[in-house]
Amino acid sequence: MNALRLYARYVGLSWRAQLQYRASFALQTLGTALLSVVDFLAIWVLFDRFKRIAGWSLAEVAVFYGTANIAWSLAEGIGRGFDDFGSVVKRGDFDRLLLRPRSTVLQLLGREFTLRRIGRIGQGAAVLAWGWRSLGLGWDAARLGLWLLAVAGGVALFEGILILQATLAFWTIESLEVMNTLTYGGVQTVQYPLAIYPGWLRRFFLLVVPLGCVAYFPVVRLLGRTDPLGAPAWLGWAGPFAGFLFLGVALRAWRFGIRHYTSTGS
Amino acid sequence: MKPLLAIFGARFRLLLQYRAAAWAGVVTQVFFGAVITAALSAFYAGAGDARQPLLLSQVVTYVWLGQAFFSLLPWRTDPEVREQVVSGGLAYELLRPVDLYALWFARALALKTAPVLLRALPLFVVAGLFLGLRRPASLEAALLWPLAVAGAVALSSAFMVLMNLSLLWSVSADGIHYLVPVLVMLLSGQLLPLPLFPEWFKPVLLVLPFRGLMDTPHRVWLGDLSGAAAAYALAHQWLWLVALIALGRHLLARGLRRVVIQGG
Repeated sequence: MNALRLYARYVGLSWRAQLQYRASFALQTLGTALLSVVDFLAIWVLFDRFKRIAGWSLAEVAVFYGTANIAWSLAEGIGRGFDDFGSVVKRGDFDRLLLRPRSTVLQLLGREFTLRRIGRIGQGAAVLAWGWRSLGLGWDAARLGLWLLAVAGGVALFEGILILQATLAFWTIESLEVMNTLTYGGVQTVQYPLAIYPGWLRRFFLLVVPLGCVAYFPVVRLLGRTDPLGAPAWLGWAGPFAGFLFLGVALRAWRFGIRHYTSTGS
Repeated sequence: MKPLLAIFGARFRLLLQYRAAAWAGVVTQVFFGAVITAALSAFYAGAGDARQPLLLSQVVTYVWLGQAFFSLLPWRTDPEVREQVVSGGLAYELLRPVDLYALWFARALALKTAPVLLRALPLFVVAGLFLGLRRPASLEAALLWPLAVAGAVALSSAFMVLMNLSLLWSVSADGIHYLVPVLVMLLSGQLLPLPLFPEWFKPVLLVLPFRGLMDTPHRVWLGDLSGAAAAYALAHQWLWLVALIALGRHLLARGLRRVVIQGG
């Protein structure tokens, strides 16, 4: 069985398992959706009072917000196995994964594809669609292509962060809460245009964790604006590849981590 | 009273042990605070301070106070109480010659003080030195603030007991765990300083109990609530505290009538 088909089997199993508890599933989906609705409500409240943020309108921010949130929710849903990896190491379950003749990455990705993130994806999509329409961005193929590329790059980048977090668990035996600053904190940051932030924060999210490359430059470009900080327009198409690069580096680190893995023995 | 103090003390000391978790929390809170204050500064930069209900420096201080007291909010049910309800250990609690409501309240009180202290102190130092957290506006503010914080802690504990009580009806508490944080985040001022909300919504915020958890102590610190307004806000906290405790006691009495301990 090739890897893709095996992955599809894994995902199917995981979804069926999650749908066994229908009421709980509905409640959790509703809960995640509600939380993100409130999240955007706070942004709306600020725009209601201040009208603009550094020259950007609410509709423009909605496109940033939707893109970042869709990418993160997808990545979180896909990469649940890595997010939760600390407990796998702690219980010694990773030994079993190593015994199977399949890649560990595939098996961990197959552990769970969290369905309830759909609540947040739906909310992100609604916000995005509203912003897109009010700006009259239309169905331009290049624009849609650029957006898809940005989301793909975003998913790759967030997946990379989750894999790095899991890699650290080889040494710490625990999922580090501090990594949340990169995931949740990252989303929180790039739901506004990166240009509004002080220099150290911008540099961090461009050079260390290149979230700005995947969720800022492409969106600036597809909004038809120029970067207030003077970044060239080609970065819009080139930026998302930083996400793939980051994922590649994270996978290298993962392989390095596996070689240094010692079982907890439990 | 003595056994309750003992329970509070034991749990308080236990919770003070979780220092690594507290440090991780501090780092996370500093980061989020930095992002939120940066965004608010950008909003203010375009609009000018003067016409807003709070100055930018006040809003920044408000946000840092919120980050420092993040774990004060009633986020979830007491995990150990949940364990007791699930495992049937509740029976032992009922056998103790201590009022169960008071017992849960004392536990909640410890849960809402020890972790808060561990996180708030370093945050006050970092944000005070480097990140724009200002001192209390006046001597009056500095003296009233501890009172407002005490009210917030008591109110949060009463909320937590109510959340615990929901376990007597639904063991999973899924609904509570998803719904309550959303309401608390939005209506307490943790997500966004309440003075920045639209004017037409403020009367609602003013009446609801949630502002007593965060907004009241923060604005006392800022001197934004002083004199009669401060007295009214503190009274608001205590009125809600009494109401929530009365509701909690009533629910506990009803819940215990239908509770079934599985033998074994």
